[in-house]
Amino acid sequence: MIWNEKIECASRDEMRAVQTKRLIETVERIYHSVPSYRQKMQEANLVPGDIRSIDDLSKLPFTIKNDLRDNYPFGMFTVPMSEIVRIHASSGTTGKPTVVGYTRKDLNSWSEVVTRSLCMAGVHREDIVQVAYGYGLFTGGLGLHYGCENLGASVIPISGGNTDKQLQLMQDFGTSVIACTPSYSLFLAEEMEAAGIKKEDLKLRVGIFGAEPWTENMRREIESKLGIKAIDIYGLSEIIGPGVSCECEYQVGMHINEDHFVPEIIDPITLEPLPAGEIGELVFTTITKEGIPLIRYRTRDLTRLNYEKCACGRTLVRMEKCKGRSDDMLIIRGVNVFPSQIESVLLEMSETAPHYLLIVEREGNLDTLKLMVEVQEQFFSDEIRQLEALRKKITHKLQSTLGISVDVKLVEPKTIERTAGKAKRVIDNRKL
Amino acid sequence: MIIKQLTVFLENKTGRLNEVSQLLGISGINISAMTLADTSEFGILRMIVSEPEKAISILKDAEFSARLTDVICLNSPNEPGALARALDILSGECVFIEYLYAYSMDNKTANIVLKPDNIQKCIEVLQKHKMELVSSSEMYKI
Repeated sequence: MIWNEKIECASRDEMRAVQTKRLIETVERIYHSVPSYRQKMQEANLVPGDIRSIDDLSKLPFTIKNDLRDNYPFGMFTVPMSEIVRIHASSGTTGKPTVVGYTRKDLNSWSEVVTRSLCMAGVHREDIVQVAYGYGLFTGGLGLHYGCENLGASVIPISGGNTDKQLQLMQDFGTSVIACTPSYSLFLAEEMEAAGIKKEDLKLRVGIFGAEPWTENMRREIESKLGIKAIDIYGLSEIIGPGVSCECEYQVGMHINEDHFVPEIIDPITLEPLPAGEIGELVFTTITKEGIPLIRYRTRDLTRLNYEKCACGRTLVRMEKCKGRSDDMLIIRGVNVFPSQIESVLLEMSETAPHYLLIVEREGNLDTLKLMVEVQEQFFSDEIRQLEALRKKITHKLQSTLGISVDVKLVEPKTIERTAGKAKRVIDNRKL
Repeated sequence: MIIKQLTVFLENKTGRLNEVSQLLGISGINISAMTLADTSEFGILRMIVSEPEKAISILKDAEFSARLTDVICLNSPNEPGALARALDILSGECVFIEYLYAYSMDNKTANIVLKPDNIQKCIEVLQKHKMELVSSSEMYKI
């Protein structure tokens, strides 16, 4: 089923007309309500009247994650707080999170795009959807939740973790759709095997997987182990959360809900727009958001766009699975981690040297993060309990900053390789 | 009375202990006592050596994380109940022991190396009770 056929199957001209109208309105609004945007536009010698069509998009200045940090927490909001009904946050590049606010209309648009995504995935009203994304500040859980309710499916808001319960409810409630990270779905499959549960015992038929990079090989593995169709969903909290784009049943790229989020592909070095079909950095402009509209937001995800009409009938432009990042962000168990966040935690602590090495492994199907950190010579104690206390302190600080557990290993001073150029801080042993 | 114990931080890696002993060996430094405490992640090597200052500079040059720690050494009769008597005195005077290690000299006496929380108080308490402390010069010579 196509949820909103009129727009999802619109002709290119129709779509451009919608985008043009909405872009002009957005630019007008932010110019007058967000000082930092006004300043950026003035620096580029632009006034709102210069933006007359969607083709003028590339005249506008970019927005980056640091802009959100510099205006922490609510400086980029374009409406008074009385209009904001929900706040979400994801990790920033350093200690402070990236904060986004939603008006009631934003939540409605979000439900709309998630509902469209669910329909693309082949989910319908009769389905029982187990949402195993985390509920909370992370947009995954609540984003899927309201989309399912809007569709009319039955939602099980179980949130992440608690695998035994996940499996129990999948059996007892007859869950037909699971929404979680792809790595967690493989973990569930392993646990099913260990518990002697066969895929035939379950009613699962669709999985909606996102929040971390995964490969076609993983897709095949998930599909065969769980006996489902594994659908890729994409999103980021800055833009709205999950539902920015999603695959349809043909699994040939993710349809971008471009009447809400206009995509561009740029060269991450020259920042020039690239023609359709070329790989570059994905940039989004939100054209319906009220709480925190973003103009030409650099996602740092590398991908390419395909404007051909899809076999499913939709004309919404498709993006390929992301091919990597144009920055050093790591995605560990669905959580964004920047090496700079770890560095700032270590620098705050006098006991450790800012020399560290991050090692990412995929053990079984779960990502683990190990941090090797040098102990400052002057702090090195001859008492084990003090060193253990130091290790616990670092572990705790990282856990509270990053939101995931890190295995901290204290190493001898000067054992981490020094390089003349950019230090190698991360070893990613995951084979993706 | 205060003895300089050489403490070395070691990662749990093959050959690290061997490197320390080789470095000290070729420099003519004798080890009179040692103990290796380990956790799952790292080890702490504690040693009484003939020339602590020289030993630490050698190890630091080789980029080991090492330091000198103040400890004391109690000379005790090598007989049942002797350790209990000494510990009884210390606990009675509220001296807290961070760690200790001990070795027998022969069938008459034993040395107990102690790292108390308050080293001055510990020395005073032991001297008040006429317990025999080993001098640093004696200790380094063993």
